[in-house]
Amino acid sequence: MNEAFLTADRVSVTLSSRAVLRDVSFYLPRRHLVALVGPNGAGKTTLLRAIAGLVPSQGTVTAGDATVFGLSLKQRALRFGYLPQGHVVHWPLPVHDVVALGRYPHGATDPARLAPADKTAVARAMEATDIKAFADRPVTELSGGERGRVALARVLALQAPVMLADEPTASLDPRYQIEVMQRLRAAAHAGMLVIVVTHDLGLAARFADSVLVLAEGKLVASGPPHHALSERIVGDVFRVSAYRAEHQREAVIVPWTGL
Amino acid sequence: MTRFAGVTLALAALVAVFALVSLGIGPVRLSPMSVIEALAGSGNDIQQIIVREIRLPRTILASAIGAILGLSGAALQGLLRNPLASPSLFGAPQSAAFGAVLMISLGWADVRSYMLPVAGIVMAFASVFALLVIAGRNAGLVLLILAGLAISSLAGAGTALVMNLSANPFMALEIAFWLLGSLEDRSFHHVALALPFIAVGAVILISQRASFRALSLGEETAQSLGVDVGRLRLLVISGVALGVGGAVAVSGTIGFIGLVAPHLMRPLIGHDPARLLIPSALTGSALLLVADIAVRIIPSTSDIKVGVLTSIIGVPFFLYLIMRERRSLGGGVA
Repeated sequence: MNEAFLTADRVSVTLSSRAVLRDVSFYLPRRHLVALVGPNGAGKTTLLRAIAGLVPSQGTVTAGDATVFGLSLKQRALRFGYLPQGHVVHWPLPVHDVVALGRYPHGATDPARLAPADKTAVARAMEATDIKAFADRPVTELSGGERGRVALARVLALQAPVMLADEPTASLDPRYQIEVMQRLRAAAHAGMLVIVVTHDLGLAARFADSVLVLAEGKLVASGPPHHALSERIVGDVFRVSAYRAEHQREAVIVPWTGL
Repeated sequence: MTRFAGVTLALAALVAVFALVSLGIGPVRLSPMSVIEALAGSGNDIQQIIVREIRLPRTILASAIGAILGLSGAALQGLLRNPLASPSLFGAPQSAAFGAVLMISLGWADVRSYMLPVAGIVMAFASVFALLVIAGRNAGLVLLILAGLAISSLAGAGTALVMNLSANPFMALEIAFWLLGSLEDRSFHHVALALPFIAVGAVILISQRASFRALSLGEETAQSLGVDVGRLRLLVISGVALGVGGAVAVSGTIGFIGLVAPHLMRPLIGHDPARLLIPSALTGSALLLVADIAVRIIPSTSDIKVGVLTSIIGVPFFLYLIMRERRSLGGGVA
């Protein structure tokens, strides 16, 4: 494992007097795709939001050499690309303009007037996600899968060291689920730290370099998939038994029956 | 030249033309040429007095108030990511009017005092702030409209109570007419009363334009892009309150310009909430100038108030919007 880039030290979050996260600690290196898994209500989204500094929390998170809670909103925005669930865009803006909003933290607030560096970043992100063909179409007219790729392109255009993606494969068909995970893995191996929330243990086992398992607000396991998604942990946390195999030298986990 | 620049220039030219027409209309009709002459300080003395002292304040107020209403509508629609948002639907002008009326009836201010716009601004701020608190952070349209309806009803009831309790019937009548919204017989004193507040409000709203664009992706994503959403919300409420409060204090309530102006612009320049601000302001200017010209041309036994006219035209437009958005609205009501 290479050097830790993102560390969390006893991070706790209390929302309307309910402890949603309790003393979560971990350290994660760059060039890693990390899957964050856990049953509904385990605190996965809250953990992402705490890392990005979007909810008040106790404890410390450091990214590189900076303590996240000490950073201004703008400095934080340059370090974390945040991809929320649902890929909401409230106005029928053209695809290109939505991707260009990824450069907002760099000071590029007008998609019609991008500096050369911003233009290059936007073009590369659109190429990587294969959405150049509909650059001028209103984003609201796209299918769910296409919209997911636009949202991903926006976060890639930011070129931040850390990406936080909340269920980027939800409501996508199997082909796009695989495609999104491949793109995320490519982004990770190109130098980013990518943290993905997912309910799909199969995708987590196959694509992630390491897995964080949350249950009832606590981190109960972390490490490479074969360790963090062991039979015992999957049974304890998800209350299911899983079919396990290897296909084309990648791990296969298919949740099979409830325990 | 980009489409945006073209539309903006064309609108600015339109506002200039309407302003010239507005200066020429009245009991004494003047041609655009003689209006320009009078503005430049040539031509005969009577024409100069008519144009520069009687009609110019009215025309300045119409364009400034129209502009701030259009701008406020576009800004509120951007803040709430909702095409049906507007100051009048949320009760801001009604609340500002209540504040002003209260000042007058308590005898704390006459219609020429700075207390009037200040009271209007305070009440407009309170109303929009209350609206956002009551409806909640990510409120849907139904909640916003219901809360707006309640707030404007409350402001209306407060105004009615003041009129009800007023010591002499003439004051009640005067308040009632003032509430209808008018730009008649306004002087440069009124311009000085309203314009500073309108200008500050406009500067605040326009300075936040980039944030509206980030907000297209939702509050949480905007925050992750570095936008301080809580601060933005306060700034927008302040800008709208300053503008609407200042406007209402000299003109009474003039509704629906803020709702209509951004809608007229979307087919021309797209849905980008940042790019909509200035064209919406110019459209608001043009609309109120036209309405104020119309009330002087339409033959009637007594003067039609411009606020009445904008509502008569604005409400059917609002109904049309509801019809058009029926499908997306229906989902929320169930």
